[in-house]
Amino acid sequence: MKENAVQFLFKYGAIILLVAIILYFSSISDAFFSYGNFSDILRSISIVTLLALGVTFTLVVDGFDLSVGSTMSLSTVVTASLMVWYDMPLWLVLLLPLLIGVAVGLVNSFLITVIGIPDLLATLSMMYIVAGLHRTYTEGYSIYNNMPLTSGGTAPGQLSEAFLWIGQGQMLGLPVPVWIMVIMVLAAYVILNHTRWGRILYMTGGNAEAATLSGVNVKKVKTSAYIISGVFASMAGVLFTARVGSGQIDAGAPLLMEAVAAVFVGYSVLGAGKPNALGTFFGAAVIGILLNGLTIQNLPYYAFDIVKGAVLVAALAVTYVYAKNKFAKS
Amino acid sequence: MAQLLDMQAIGKRFGNVTALENGQLALEKGEVHALLGVNGAGKSTMIKILSGVYGQDSGDIRLDGETVSLHSPKQAKEHGIYCVYQEVDTAIVAELTVAENILMDSFAAGGSFLLSKQKINKQAKEALVQLQSEEISVTRKAGTLTLAEKQLVLIARALVHSAKIIIFDEPTAPLSLTESDKLFSVIRKLSSEGVGCVFISHRLPEVFEISDRITVMREGKWVNTFVTAESHSEGVIEAMLGEALSHELEYQPHPAGTGLLEVNGLSDGHKLKDISLSVGAGEIVGIVGLVGAGKTELAKALFGAANSVSGSVRIAGKQTRIKHPGDAIRAGMALIPEERRKEGLFVRETLRANASFPNLRKFSSGLFMNKAAETKFAEEIIGKLKIKTGDTETPLLHLSGGNQQKVAIGKWMSLDSLLYLFDEPTKGVDIGAKVDIFKLIRELAGSGKGCLYFSSEIHEAIGISDRILVMCDGQIVKELSRQEATQERILLYASGGKEELNKAEKLSERERSPISV
Repeated sequence: MKENAVQFLFKYGAIILLVAIILYFSSISDAFFSYGNFSDILRSISIVTLLALGVTFTLVVDGFDLSVGSTMSLSTVVTASLMVWYDMPLWLVLLLPLLIGVAVGLVNSFLITVIGIPDLLATLSMMYIVAGLHRTYTEGYSIYNNMPLTSGGTAPGQLSEAFLWIGQGQMLGLPVPVWIMVIMVLAAYVILNHTRWGRILYMTGGNAEAATLSGVNVKKVKTSAYIISGVFASMAGVLFTARVGSGQIDAGAPLLMEAVAAVFVGYSVLGAGKPNALGTFFGAAVIGILLNGLTIQNLPYYAFDIVKGAVLVAALAVTYVYAKNKFAKS
Repeated sequence: MAQLLDMQAIGKRFGNVTALENGQLALEKGEVHALLGVNGAGKSTMIKILSGVYGQDSGDIRLDGETVSLHSPKQAKEHGIYCVYQEVDTAIVAELTVAENILMDSFAAGGSFLLSKQKINKQAKEALVQLQSEEISVTRKAGTLTLAEKQLVLIARALVHSAKIIIFDEPTAPLSLTESDKLFSVIRKLSSEGVGCVFISHRLPEVFEISDRITVMREGKWVNTFVTAESHSEGVIEAMLGEALSHELEYQPHPAGTGLLEVNGLSDGHKLKDISLSVGAGEIVGIVGLVGAGKTELAKALFGAANSVSGSVRIAGKQTRIKHPGDAIRAGMALIPEERRKEGLFVRETLRANASFPNLRKFSSGLFMNKAAETKFAEEIIGKLKIKTGDTETPLLHLSGGNQQKVAIGKWMSLDSLLYLFDEPTKGVDIGAKVDIFKLIRELAGSGKGCLYFSSEIHEAIGISDRILVMCDGQIVKELSRQEATQERILLYASGGKEELNKAEKLSERERSPISV
């Protein structure tokens, strides 16, 4: 009986929770259940979902990337600086931050696969280093149009309209960031669940030693996952700059734990029991809807972390209780 | 003799796997009682229930006629039941002295806060004298002892707590003949003082030498209890295997070619020294050695899963450089590793995903996986290897050890490899699966594949191999043809020839049966 209840909760718990939250907020607020509000919610979770997709890839290979928040921060200020300070063309502004993500991913995987530092600790160190880099790069200031430069005068460039459209525009009735998120979630889903590479990622995460003895180059596979994670984080940074219209410093730091929470909520969607792209999106949505509803309810912003933490611990509890039962005899 | 222990109708389930259905064991004061059975027969579960590691689901345990419940190792020890495990290192604290190790349980249990070194040393010394092992200094660090000495420390630990029952779980597996003899004289001494000993061993000759009675278990059930003096090894083997299966483990001749694999001067700068060997098409070559002889290292070195390996490897006449398991697989090799759950399988993944993994390209179109093709192949090997499973989507952790092992073998079938390396393939699998695995290996050989069979189960290696290479201390010390290979000769070379020849003769006296189990 108890076992069945746990199983049921694990499979449908997250969905039941989501429906319950939606019903609850709809019943107490007319503003909540509307197209406009849902489109707002989706836009608000688009950035954190991108971050979380990256974390998903590293968790799939049994790693963990804590540096995604910092990578996003760095990418945010670099993106802004490329336009504002250096007046570069749009394609370079979109490309260079992604290369930063690749670079962070490469350093992470070097520390992990070559030197042998555990994932969590290696990426924790990188979290600090990259955070420090991005503050040093801007000397602690945010970057905005027409900002005064330390060398005198004002910045030569502007965040262009075309660039801002990425973060603020609409397309076919939905905000552009939502489209980007949907495409990336589907791409990650297809890659992880239906391609050979995705299978190799999952199997490597399941048992690296067995994967090696089946002919997999585990170091390369892990490296690829960390590069993907870095790229997703820098995409999140580009999107953030376009959304806010300036290069805020420390943009990514508060989003790290939210992204991690989204991934772990995703574990328990439809009983997957492992990191997965659709679950991650779902997890981000649960958190987004909860925060949106609580905002409508006038919960002060400084209490939000309590809610996020509670969602994370609930998701972890369900996942681990389930794992304990399912894998008890192994 | 008085009844000391009586375990009746013991049952134990793990999830939906029945480990014990009707376990029985009776022990009298001063008796040495051997508990036999093939892997998976339920011996270890019985022992773990007796020593309080698991609680039984059904059945009674009586000590001196009184029903007791043993819910923790501590309770079992309070009742005077001690266990000398095969892995002695798990029970010894290397940093402490011999004396501290011997008396560990008493000061772990509390008592006075301050420990008197002198008192401890004195008590420990007394126990060792009782075991005729006073040559072990009580002030030495336990980590510096040999395996055999560590066993004696564990026995001494049982003695100082006036143990009534001592369980010996395959104590002789890692010992040399001299050390085994010494252990036997200690066991005899213990039994003469009224201690009941439960003795587990895979070596039948030893069992006949040391035990008073033999209880045989099969598939979780009690089969029979023999009085040793009145029984023969043939009867005991049949009880262990069941009549129909016992002949499957005997050698069946088949033709064998040459020149599939040739290895020359292989070393890893560490364990393996100058290994040369060859395997022919359709040939099964046994590589036999004691635990720690370097068999697993050799298997991994051949398969490219070890560092700094030097030497030349030719496969089907072609010089091949193997730096990574990927190279080995492309060159036509397949490895079934010893630690299948750790190294061979993805236990949380489905049977389908495990089966297709070594050859994903075959089961994908372009970049995308083709699940239908995977499922088809998984069904194929389920049928071919008689794998007992729910379906192709069952996670492997729900399968028994033997069925998991079949998947670990079956997953290579999509590659059509030339050469199969089996590292202890029968470890921890039940007898039915063992027979299936033997049949499978013979089939592979019959279709012209080469097989290397790494094993420390000498009798099994004799049963399957066309030729046997004996390993000792990282080297191949002897090649024996099928006709020359006998258990005692292999043991002699495997233990480094250090044993005197008369020991070997003595061993052949012990040898009452061509096969043991």
